Amino acid sequence: MSHGFLAVAVVVAQFLLLLAMACAIIRMVRGPRAQDRVLALDALYVNAMLLLLSIGIRTGSVLYVEAGLIIALLGFAGTVAFSKFLLRGEVIE
Amino acid sequence: MNHLAGLPPWVAVLVGVLVLLGAGFAFTGSLGLLRLHDFYKRVHAPTLGSTLGTFFMVAASVVCFSAMQGRPVLHVILIGVFLTLTTPITLMLLVRAALYRHRVEDGQQMPPR
Repeated sequence: MSHGFLAVAVVVAQFLLLLAMACAIIRMVRGPRAQDRVLALDALYVNAMLLLLSIGIRTGSVLYVEAGLIIALLGFAGTVAFSKFLLRGEVIE
Repeated sequence: MNHLAGLPPWVAVLVGVLVLLGAGFAFTGSLGLLRLHDFYKRVHAPTLGSTLGTFFMVAASVVCFSAMQGRPVLHVILIGVFLTLTTPITLMLLVRAALYRHRVEDGQQMPPR
């Protein structure tokens, strides 16, 4: 009974996280400005990392945690680079 | 999901509730990112996913792996610590960039430095 609840809960959580990633992708495509797209990319990688953690719970493998840690590191570096580009770059719309 | 069948029932219920809470907070944050109208309103929304959503999902992972392997598995907490440290930095940089761009475009409405 409780294990059935856990299986359903993990599947529902993964569906919710996919919907969250879809929301971020829609905001990234729509814009309307560059900072909105960078913010949406930030939300997208956080949601992808949460999805990796839930896959790790579902498959019982700790390896997904390392992948999530790498995504968090590289996503932070990417967002900082984009912000510095928006701050000092030549492209002003 | 045979490996989850060895968990005690209360651990299974606890992990399920934590996973649902984390995913629900992350979804709420992304929905706010999609639905709010202004950049300065939108910039608050995804932090819900990167603080509370990450907290609950990390807690679920710690409880699940600790119960599965019979010893405390704590290195998942690194993800939570790292995101908690980096989220304010990225958002401060991003909002400073957005303010700079707004000032360059129309400097009349924006507050001075």
